[in-house]
Amino acid sequence: MTGLRYVYAVCHPFDAPLQAQLTGVAGDPPRLLSHHGLIAVVSHVPERDFAEEPLHRRLEDLDWLTETARAHQSVIDALTVVTTPLPLRMATVFRDDSGVRVMMEAREDDFRRTLERLAGRVEWGVKVYAEAEPQEAPAAAPKPASGRDYLRQRRSRMRTDEDMWQRAEEFATRLHASLSSYAEDSRLHAPQNPALSRHSGRNLLNAAYLVPRDSSEEFVELVDRTKDETKTDGSGMRVELTGPWAAYSFAGEQSAQESAGGQP
Amino acid sequence: MTVVERREIALVDLLDRLLAGGVVIKGDITLRIADVDLVRIDLNALISSVNEQVPSPWGS
Repeated sequence: MTGLRYVYAVCHPFDAPLQAQLTGVAGDPPRLLSHHGLIAVVSHVPERDFAEEPLHRRLEDLDWLTETARAHQSVIDALTVVTTPLPLRMATVFRDDSGVRVMMEAREDDFRRTLERLAGRVEWGVKVYAEAEPQEAPAAAPKPASGRDYLRQRRSRMRTDEDMWQRAEEFATRLHASLSSYAEDSRLHAPQNPALSRHSGRNLLNAAYLVPRDSSEEFVELVDRTKDETKTDGSGMRVELTGPWAAYSFAGEQSAQESAGGQP
Repeated sequence: MTVVERREIALVDLLDRLLAGGVVIKGDITLRIADVDLVRIDLNALISSVNEQVPSPWGS
């Protein structure tokens, strides 16, 4: 019994060695399984964690999930140094090597097409947050003298909030449009839950952009400029950049139009 | 907010990509894995319960 096969990614054959001391998921260093001129990057993982039933439970264990996600990411990162990997969804598990080979044959054309589309590209993540409180605190308003005063103040406060959210939405939409026009492709992820991200403010935009590695510098500068502007303009907006990532968000076949489902 | 940006990738950014991105392989040859939306929902519940007791489950 040699366990199950966890597949990280599929890629073209590459010459450079993978970073040594790469541990991989379940502590098993990634192995290269070559088939029909493509490579599947695979770890051998134990059934006690990765068979269907235990995997369900494990994925709900935050420590295990964190450890596995980071191990997965470290392998994809190492691959990104030597080639352009096509990442598979986390926790894609096969019974044995021959299962992996069957899958590679069945998906060969898709893989080649997508690998070609992604070659030399990286993914950048951009998030926009709006601080929950408007910059100038409306708390400075005088104590209401009457019920009517109170209602007036309340209405005006609500209008201020509405204006702020509207401006924030416009800002996010505008930024997404300008970054999308620069990038080859884009994807919108669901806004992040503040409890999960531990960031203050409401997450209005959580997007991924596919950018050629060669023009990434300009893309980053564009985001940095916006980031600097928001720090000084008192708009309460905050812009965050992550990356470069392997093109996780662009590994599927669907196009931006299909996945976007409207503006942020 | 923090002045120095965290260098370590935030788990939530990673999970956006690992659980919502990547090629999805379906069929008899893979073990059926957890429905990703379900994982995220459970994760939300899990983390809110963790947050009530522990300040930060994965450091900051």
